[in-house]
This record gives sequence, structure tokens and C-alpha cells, in this order.
Amino acid sequence: MTLEYPDDLKYLDSHEYVRLDGEIATIGISAFAVDQLGDIVFLELPEVGDAVTKEESFGSVESVKAVEDLNSPVTGTVIERNEAMVESPEQLAEDPYGEGWLLKVRLNDSSELDDALSADEYRTQVEGE
Amino acid sequence: MTNKEELKPEIALPLAQTPLIHLALELKARLTSFGGWEMPVQFTGIGHEHQAVRTAAGMFDISHMGKFVLRGKEVISQLQYLVPSDLSRLQPGQAQYSVLLNSQAGIIDDIIFYYQNQYANGEQQGVLIVNAATTSKDKAWLLQHLNPEQVELRDLSREKVLIAVQGPKASAALQTLVQEDLTQLKPFGHLEATVLGQKSFIARTGYTGEDGFEVMVEPEVGVELWQSLLKAGVVPCGLGARDTLRLEAAMALYGQDIDETTTPLEAGLSWLVHLDTKGNFIGRDILEQQKGAGVSRRLVGLQMQGRNIARHGYQVLSEGKVVGEVTSGTLSPTLGYPVALAYVPTQLSQLGQQLEVEIRGKTYPAVVVKRPFYRSKNRPAN
Repeated sequence: MTLEYPDDLKYLDSHEYVRLDGEIATIGISAFAVDQLGDIVFLELPEVGDAVTKEESFGSVESVKAVEDLNSPVTGTVIERNEAMVESPEQLAEDPYGEGWLLKVRLNDSSELDDALSADEYRTQVEGE
Repeated sequence: MTNKEELKPEIALPLAQTPLIHLALELKARLTSFGGWEMPVQFTGIGHEHQAVRTAAGMFDISHMGKFVLRGKEVISQLQYLVPSDLSRLQPGQAQYSVLLNSQAGIIDDIIFYYQNQYANGEQQGVLIVNAATTSKDKAWLLQHLNPEQVELRDLSREKVLIAVQGPKASAALQTLVQEDLTQLKPFGHLEATVLGQKSFIARTGYTGEDGFEVMVEPEVGVELWQSLLKAGVVPCGLGARDTLRLEAAMALYGQDIDETTTPLEAGLSWLVHLDTKGNFIGRDILEQQKGAGVSRRLVGLQMQGRNIARHGYQVLSEGKVVGEVTSGTLSPTLGYPVALAYVPTQLSQLGQQLEVEIRGKTYPAVVVKRPFYRSKNRPAN
């Protein structure tokens, strides 16, 4: 299976991605993470209005065998969460960069993403793992 | 994401591989370390594999399990002293699930003893299958307690391949490769059978809650058997599905649900303890005390009241106070809700008892339910 890493996204080495649109950041997890997790069965996300902090856990994703923390790539306020994924987390695997997004966050400071990985850097990292 | 819990306890030691590992690699299985072995955790996905076993047929390479052959004049009478179950009731061709106990009635391992034959010269022979991680511990215990003049122990753990074929269509799939009539085998029945032209051992046992068979063969026959079953449409399954299947059937996992600190009476295995019909055995006095006074804690089935999954090591609470611990937990693929096994105080172990489980800093409601969580309608009668 060939995994995709869209060029317009930034990545964390902990496998979250972020798509920046003005001051709105859309956060999800990479196709590599989805592939590694296997069957995703549960998703725990913050509520709209909650604050998230860069490099801190904002929730968790569970597959049948594993629980993993979700780390925020940015600091800001949750303005939307993907209720469809909370309801049917198994669908996350079908389109992790599109329909499978997790949170939209209003950013405090977009320069926080300066140290995030590019698609190429992330690909090198995970394919070397 | 940071890894919190995974089926990957240790990677420091070189891992053993079964003779079928190359077949798993050909199928691009994801591997994990388990009990000192490098084993497939999933092939096509745990959900798909689980479903295959519940509705059709799946197969597992379980060659990592320990395999001993016991032979001698006193196999049954000597082994009787190491388990709480009455093995004297067994006839050749029958098997007993049981536990090896230490002097505190703690469980050294759970085992299946397959009584194979009593020969004309009075010698008895049986097969003992034990857990992978406990094989050397069990062997030392057996050698320490079985008189070598009366019982000879042969360790076939590394010599034989063990394949479990499980599910409502397991019998049909396996029958085409076996000379003997498998429908004649009752659950826990076993026989020496001809598999792909070679003398092999087949038992109607498994660890999935479905009808199924465990086949012990030479490695080269094992490779051919795996490939033939694959061609017949039997779905290759890994340890991930094995765990969700056994947990739905509420079967104990050694090292998690049972260990040397738990007794069979605490673990809900009282059906293995035959105090009335057998003589002395290791741990008997402790079990007698526990039976007389009642155990202080019990392993119960929990059904979570939401979608949050209770997992191994999570705390169980009652009215805000920690009272116990989850030993195994997962989202049940068949039932669609999370289930778990947990030790709780006996007074909180009644069916319907409301409890809570702490999951990542918050508590969620759970209720004590009947075990097993899932019972197959496809199993043959005993």
C-alpha cells in the first residue's frame, strides 16, 4: 500500500497533520498513522470552545489493540469538531486528509508551525521508521 | 500521537520465529512480539479476521505455544497432583482444560491435557499444550514434580507446528485435507489423524468461542496445510483477532486475567476445581479455605455503558473509591460495545452491579454482566 502525504500540509513526528487556511487550522492524523493503528474504533476529542495547546494532548484515538494520545500542533480554540468521525471513527481510515479531519482550531500564532515537518520531511521520517 | 499501550511489551531479546513466519511475511502481516516470539498481530485487519472466524473460517499459527508429550506408567496419577481437576475421569481421546497451581493455589499456567492412549503394557500417553511465554517455567515445574521413572517428558515445542482452524466452516475446510471423519470428534475430543498423508494430531479445541480444531503437524506439513487452507478460503488471522475473539468468549489470557497471584476460584474457574472427587494436589488446602470462607475478590465481566473502552490496568471504582482493576478490555467487534474483565471485591461482583472505570482521568459507568459476553450458536454439542 502506498501512502499519501499531501504537500499542502504540515506534519508532526507524532503523526498529526495540520492544514492552515488563514488563521484556521484543520487537524487530523496522517495516512501512515491510520495504517499503523489498524481498525479505529474510538475517538475522543475536545468540545467546541475548548482551548488546545501546542505539543499537549487534546484527545485520543483507539484501535482495537492500541490507545494513542493526539497532540496538538498549535495553540488556539476549537471552533469545530468532526462529529461524523466521533460517531463513526472507523470511517476515518477512508479519507484521513479530507472527510476524516478531526478538529478546526482558531490559531493564536501561525508562526507556531514553523518547526512542523514538510510532506517530504515527514515521508522520510516515517518511511525510514 | 504518542504510544500509550500497544501489544509490544519487550524488544530487547532476539525473538523466536515459528516455522510459518515466512508465510505471514508473504501475506504482509503486521508483526508484534508476544511471549518472546515474533508473531503476526494482523493480516487484513482485526475486524475482518474476527468476523471471518465468527461467520466462516479463520486460521492462526499458534506454533509458539508449548507442547509436551508425557508418557509412562503413571502419567495421569502424577499429573493429578499438579492440577485441581480430576483427570482420572478422562478416557483416551478426551481432554481437560486445567491449571498448574503453586502451593498458594496461584496459577502457574493454564493448560490443556489431551489424554491420548493407554497401551497394552500399561503405559499412558498424553499431550500437554501450554502458553508460549510460560513454556520453560512449566517445563521446569513439571520436571521438578513428575517422577522421571514413571513419566517421561518430551518437549516438542520447537519441533512441531500448531495451526488453529476456527469458525463455523472450519470443519468443512479442514475435512478435505484429513483422512478421518472429523464430525465424529466431540468438543475437546482428539485423535491421531492423517493430515495431507502424514500422521498428525487433531483436537476439537480452540480459543475463539467457535467450533474449531487445533492441528499439530511436522513443519513441512504445516506449511502445506496453511497454504491449502488459504486456497480453500480460510482467512489468515493474527494475535489481535485471537484476543478479541477469546475476550468475547470470556476466556482467560495468562499473564493478564490469571497469573501466580490469582487462584482458579477467584478467576471464575471453579469448574476446574474438583475437591470432592480427587485426592491431594498442590494448592488444595488454600482452595479448601477459599471455598469454605468464600473468596474476597472475583473476576467479573463488565459492559461499559458508553463507547469508552476499558483496558488492561485501568482502575475500577465504586462510589468514587478504587476497588479493583481491569485485566482485559476491548471493543467487542461482534456486540459493538466495549467489554472487559476485571477483579472486583466479591460483594460488588453480582450481575447488574453498577461500577465505574477510570479512563484517562475520567470515570465512566460500567455494569457487571454475565460471562461469556458472546456465545456462538454454531458450536457442536458436547
